[in-house]
Formats: sequence, C-alpha cells, structure tokens
Amino acid sequence: MEKFQTLYSSAVPLPLENIDTDQIIPARFLKATTREGFGENLFRDWRCNADGTPKPDFVLNDARYSGQILLAGKNFGCGSSREHAAWALYDAGFRVVISSYFADIFRGNALNTGLLPLQVTDAELSNLFALVEQDADTQFVVNLPEQTLHVPATNQTIHFDIDPYKKECLINGYDDIDFLVSQKQAIEAYEQSRTWAW
Amino acid sequence: MAKSLFDKIWDAHVVKTAPGGLDVVYIDRHLIHEVTSPQAFDELEARNLPLYRPDRILATADHNVPTRNQHLPIEEPLSRSQVDKLTANCEKYGVELYGLGHARQGIVHVIGPELGLTLPGATIVCGDSHTSTHGAFGAVAFGIGTSQVAQVMATQCLLLSRPKRMRITVDGELRRGVTAKDLILYIISQLGTGGATGYFVEYAGSAVRGLSMEGRMTVCNMSIEMGARGGLIAPDATTFAYVEGRAYAPKGIVWEQAVAYWKTLYSDDDTVFDAEHHFSARDIAPMITYGTNPGMGIALNGNIPSEVAASESESFDKSLAYMGFQRGESLLGKEINYVFIGSCTNSRIEDLRAVAAYVQGKQKAKHVEAIIVPGSKQVEQQAISEGLDKILAEAGFELREPGCSACLAMNEDKIPAGAYCVATSNRNFEGRQGPGSRTLLASPLVAAITAVQGRIVDITQYLN
Repeated sequence: MEKFQTLYSSAVPLPLENIDTDQIIPARFLKATTREGFGENLFRDWRCNADGTPKPDFVLNDARYSGQILLAGKNFGCGSSREHAAWALYDAGFRVVISSYFADIFRGNALNTGLLPLQVTDAELSNLFALVEQDADTQFVVNLPEQTLHVPATNQTIHFDIDPYKKECLINGYDDIDFLVSQKQAIEAYEQSRTWAW
Repeated sequence: MAKSLFDKIWDAHVVKTAPGGLDVVYIDRHLIHEVTSPQAFDELEARNLPLYRPDRILATADHNVPTRNQHLPIEEPLSRSQVDKLTANCEKYGVELYGLGHARQGIVHVIGPELGLTLPGATIVCGDSHTSTHGAFGAVAFGIGTSQVAQVMATQCLLLSRPKRMRITVDGELRRGVTAKDLILYIISQLGTGGATGYFVEYAGSAVRGLSMEGRMTVCNMSIEMGARGGLIAPDATTFAYVEGRAYAPKGIVWEQAVAYWKTLYSDDDTVFDAEHHFSARDIAPMITYGTNPGMGIALNGNIPSEVAASESESFDKSLAYMGFQRGESLLGKEINYVFIGSCTNSRIEDLRAVAAYVQGKQKAKHVEAIIVPGSKQVEQQAISEGLDKILAEAGFELREPGCSACLAMNEDKIPAGAYCVATSNRNFEGRQGPGSRTLLASPLVAAITAVQGRIVDITQYLN
C-alpha cells in the first residue's frame, strides 16, 4: 500500500446521499481477477450512456471539476462489500473521499486500499459543497499526521478523527496482514486453548 | 457483568487486544466465491504466504454462474475465467469447493446453513455483505473486503474494532400475509438505509422468536441494508432442530456438548445496549419498496412520502425520477414486467413452497416474465421431490438452476432498462438488476401474487 501523508488538491463534488457501491462500480465490471483497471468503470452508469458516450451533466465529465478529493453526500459506500469500489476510486486518481458518514465496510476497504475516508459533520460538509460550488478550483490541504482538512482560501481548518492504528498504517503504507502475520504465535496459542471441538 | 449475545461470542474469539484497542478476532468459518477471492489468493502468492487453515474454508461458485444449462461450459468468457480461477486456486491450496454441477453447490449463504457449517456461537466471514444471513443461528457473521479475505486466508484472523450493540425487539403476532421479509423491510423503512451503521444488531421479541430458521435468515440477511455490520438472533430449540443431523453439524456426544454451550448464548437480562428500538408486529403490513435504496419502503396500500428532509430532497427526487414515480402517489395498479424470486434473501425451500402454494392452479399474467432461482442444488432437488417444479411450470413460472442470478445481474439474468421487476432479493439500487432496471423489493408471497395479477395489488384481498 502507498504511503499517505499530506495532499494538496481541488475537489470533485457529488452532493448525493447514500451513494452505494453498485453505483461506484456496477457488478458487471467485477469479473476481473486482478486489482487493476477498475477506474475505467468508476460510476459507469452515471458517467456514460448505454452506448458508452459520456453523459455531459455528470460531474466527472464536467471540465470545471478535477482533483484527487471526492466530496460526497452522507452514507457514502453503502451496500455491497466489494473492495473493487475503493480500488476503482483509487485507480481513477482519488486519494481522499470526504463525506459526513461512511458505510462501515467501505470505510475499512478504503483504508486497506490507501484511500482516506475523511469524515466531517453535516454542517461542515454543506459548507464544503458551497465553497466548491462558488469556486470549482478551491484548494484543500489534507494533513493526515495532523488530522486536519484546511481550506487556504477561507483559512478554515477542520479536525477529523481516524483510528490511531489505521492512521499509522496509512502514513507508513502498512497493511493489516503484516501485523496479523506477526501475531502467529498468539493465534496458535489461542487455537490450542479452545475447549470446543466443532 | 451482564453481557450481550454478541459480546459473549466476540469475547470467546478475541486472540488478543492489540495496542491501540483493536481486537485480533479468530474466524471459525470462511466462505469464499469466485468474485471476491481471486485477488486475495494473488496476495498470498505475492507475499509467499501459505493458506493457514484450509479446513476452515469452503468455496462455491454462485455470483456470476448461468442459471440455465449448468452442465455445459459457461459461455460468457469473463465469468468462465473467474470460475476457472476459483477452481484452480482451490485445487492449489487444498480448499473444498462445491462448484458448478456439484450436488452441494449454491448461493454461499444458502449452502452454509443447509450443510450445517453455520453454527451458533461461531464467527463467520465471507467477501460478501450478506454474510449477515448466518447471524440467524446466533453466530457473529459479517461481510468483508478482499484485503480482509486475504488476511483470513493467511492468519484465520481479522483486526477489528468492536462495533456498538443495537437491539431491535418486535413483539406480537404477524398479521396474515405478513412474512419475515415484510418485517425486515418495515424495520429498514423505519430506521433508514444508514440507520444501523456502526452497530451489530440483535433481533429479539416474540415475533422474531416465532419465525422459522428460513425467516430468521431473511431478517438477518438484510441487516446490512440499514448499514449494520451484522445481525443475529439468540439460538433456541428452533435453531437446534434445524442444525441437528446436517452434514457438517456436530454428532453424538459432541452434539450434546455443543447444545449445552449454545444454550448459554443469549443476552443477559440486564444487558445495556448502545441503542434499542421496539416495534409491534401488528403495525407491520405487506411491504414493497418504491425507491433506489432498501430503506425506501412502504406498506403495499400506503403512499410514497410527499415530504422529506431538505437535505435528502435532491437524492429522493433523483430516486423517484429513476423509478418513474411521483411523490405522494400509491403504487397500487402499477403494471410490472418481471418477477424474480431468488437470492440469498429468499430462495430457500420455504420461499418456494410459499410461491407454489399460492400459484397452484393459477396462471401468471401474460405480460409478466416470472423466474424462480433456487438458492442451491439441495433446494432445487427438494422442490422437485415435492412436485413444486410442476406446479410452478403449470403456472407459467420458470424454475432455473441455482445462483445469485438477477439479484445483481452478473450473469445473463438481467432486467431490461426501464422495466419494472418485483424481486425477492435485497437491493433496489439503480441498475442493480441490469442497467436502467427498476426494482421493487417484496416478499415471495407478494411477488407470487403480483406475477399472477400483473400489477401491484393490495395482497390482503387476494390471499388463498
């Protein structure tokens, strides 16, 4: 996993609530057996017509908006456990998703992919949407060590929470699997200690 | 100190608590399928790690398999390649696979319970969000991402934060025509699609106790649709009777010991939950969804809400525009095009029996295409042995072979753009059943009656 420390970027706004992982990456694109290439089909059915031509009114097709931050309505990533949703966002160049609420499985998958789910309050989220609406080039600074989201234009700083272990993993590019494999002795001892046989 | 059912099981599986407070949790059963496992096997390979406990894993092919002519090679090249990859990986790593054509093949959340792999008190994971289904047996079961699939393969453990606990109590007797599916659609409509995010839910109360194991599985299956990490129900005599004698269930003296332990798995009387909700079974009517998330549900004879919170307005109207519905309107009388009976939510023998019992001697409406996809080969065989296949065929319903099918339309079973489908599955997201498809979630009974009538009706007028 790649390391994440600080990111300077503009944001792409998607002010819809309950964006589910079927929208992020529709099931028919889950047939690959590797992790690569899912970005091509990110938000496929919102981004493209049935014949593959772009839908001009979708934000990812709007030349005004760009950046490595996706700004999305609350309860982002609900539905299916497909980690492919986080891979698709990452593959398409996103490194941060800001929302006021993340579905649990998506949050975990994002963290395991190196994509930062940055949770703010509903009021902060509305304010961020308003800033990007006024000026599509609004820059943001995401500082993971400091756990801050800073908006230089308004000199506004929002503190965000993240599990301290997951923060260290992202900063250093560590995966849970590294830690778990290092716990083999404890795991074997647990297996020995179990009293039930089924 | 009083402990919840969830905490009793969780605590029994904590290998250690890591610095920082996350728990290393031991996983008893790992179910895998063709879609979310290939990249996990690759990760083992890339890191040169062995598969730690192959005997704790079971594999099946379900998500993208065809539901016709399963004896022939899979036509669609990408689906075939994924299924072939699963077969190759299982052979290489020594994992038991109930693949296409095997008498035990089926939807992963149908075969786990029917084989007796799903047991009370166990921790069960699968790279699929509907793993919550297994909670019906009093197991801690939840869906995981592919990175976590690799973690379990490598260590049989996951690093997890303990979720909060919610109890949802439904007391009283369900009305005629109201099923487990209506019960859970009602709960989700009350709490919303994110209403249980961060929680593990225990379902309790006399209405829940009164459900069969199939009904309990339907309820727990949809826990994820309100954002819950999982859902579970304390095991009881109904649970033990279902499990006893199944292929992988404990036998003899071990069975006696197991049952004695399982009887200790309930929430102690004075357990304090982080959140509690109470509902009355009498308030629940046959349900249907009108929107593009499972929380957008109403009683069949109700109306789509006219007003929603300002912050939800844009998403709500986008959803209604997709479905072709208006605020405040009733769904009664709306013509539908497809009926899909299947999925890990409602494809068990009890579901097929309910459909057959209603449609016996009737005919589906001419303009409706009605397909029934059994959850497993065992369900299919049982249906045939009971003669349900003939009843269904005479009524114009097509009984297919097992798989996830039109629930997520990874195979050929897709609903065309713009068409309306009453489905017994679990998600009505945009495009879930194929690009542009419009899904209305309901119980098998509602689906059967809708197929016969060809339009949405208040089923209480049509019960046999």
